[in-house]
Amino acid sequence: MIRFDKVGKRFGDVTVLRELDFHVERGERVTLIGPSGSGKTTILRLLMTLERVTSGTIHVDGQCLSHMRRGDRQVPADERHLRQVRKKIGMVFQQFNLFPNMNVLRNITEAPVRALGVPREQAEEKARELLKMVDLAGKAHAHPSQLSGGQQQRVAIARALAMEPEVLLLDEVTSALDPELVSGVQNLLRDIAHQGNLTLLCVTHEMNFARDISHRVLMFDQGQIVEEGSPEQIFTEPAQQRTRDFLQAVLNA
Amino acid sequence: MITINPCSAELPGVLGETMPFLCDGTLITLQSAIGGSVLAIALPVGLMATSRHRGVRAVARVYMEFFRGTSVLVQLFWLFYAMPLLTGFQLDKIFAGVLALGLNLGAYGSEVVRGAVRAVPRGQREAAVALNFSPFQRMRYVVLPQAFVEMVPPMNNLLIELLKATSLLSAITVADLAYEGRLLVNSGSDQLIVFALLLAIYFLLSYLITLLMRFVERRAARMVGRERPRRRAARAAEAAR
Repeated sequence: MIRFDKVGKRFGDVTVLRELDFHVERGERVTLIGPSGSGKTTILRLLMTLERVTSGTIHVDGQCLSHMRRGDRQVPADERHLRQVRKKIGMVFQQFNLFPNMNVLRNITEAPVRALGVPREQAEEKARELLKMVDLAGKAHAHPSQLSGGQQQRVAIARALAMEPEVLLLDEVTSALDPELVSGVQNLLRDIAHQGNLTLLCVTHEMNFARDISHRVLMFDQGQIVEEGSPEQIFTEPAQQRTRDFLQAVLNA
Repeated sequence: MITINPCSAELPGVLGETMPFLCDGTLITLQSAIGGSVLAIALPVGLMATSRHRGVRAVARVYMEFFRGTSVLVQLFWLFYAMPLLTGFQLDKIFAGVLALGLNLGAYGSEVVRGAVRAVPRGQREAAVALNFSPFQRMRYVVLPQAFVEMVPPMNNLLIELLKATSLLSAITVADLAYEGRLLVNSGSDQLIVFALLLAIYFLLSYLITLLMRFVERRAARMVGRERPRRRAARAAEAAR
């Protein structure tokens, strides 16, 4: 479903990813862990086309993200190509990023209506179902600023799912939440992970959450994968010293 | 109930002899101010200044710097007196006036638009990308509605600036409020009274603009949830639960 080939990413002089190869199967749930600055979030941002690769290629469902064919040549992707590949991908952000100029319902329906051309009534029906699923059925007409952080993040999850993505990217989705709101969002994501066939790519510092939802865990450091394996293996008997150090630091925090 | 027409020549004393002329002038002043060109220019140029394409940004930049950096009066002389000499095409004086004011204050306006658009948090655009909006849709449905709130207060200043700058049009013999005032004084009306009336009328007009813009600002703030329109209703609902 997702394939990184020798992907490099530099911001100015800073190399964030180097020669990164990995792939994710359809329906697979993968968690990226590692110290901050190790390039995890950059991977999600590259997939969402918020950043462009410096070198290498990324394929999603066989389609290249960064380039397209024109005649026999590979040329950088134009906006039309990008919109085509983005259709398959959804993202939930650390800071929720709900649109403050729209109410909750509108936040969820606006993109399906505008970007996919779904009739508004149909989009609203779907949105109400999603709101029920995230346990906010009564908040359709509330304004984002009237919601708690946890509620806002649940709306953001509903909003991403309304686009019916095949791949969902979760970028530290509970990091900005007050501690008592974290479990609500995590439980929701657990349910979504276990009932759907979404391909999930998740960056998190919550190791219990990572253990619960993922098939596979990738440990990153300095833009490279230092270790990968099942959650059981990574969390109980990590092979690399770097992983042990990291887990020790996180779990004792 | 007695209604008094403030423009009537029947008014007692100096008022009766001056107000009809000042009212004519006020109309012309309003006409020149409501030419609308400031906003019409500010929005597109301001957006151009935030473009991804360097060439587009450069065009906007050159326009903004040029018209901000030269005097309105000189621009007015160019449009009205110098351009006909160069091109043989004579503009109507009010039109030339509206155009010069629009180009000049529009340059400031584009700076306001640019600043407001840039001030929308990056996460908002990124969320819009992630939801697969097209670049136009991102601007239209996500960025501009949020930027608009930021634009209103500085635009209020600008519109008042514009109103006052219309007095420069008297330099190309547009019969605006300031021009009528000077005519009256030259033809023997009491200077103090005429100039006091001028002050009062300009102030009234700009205060009207402020009132209007405050209304717009409140509406806009409500749209992005800075103020909660149904706060009281929401609290009542909360209490009822």
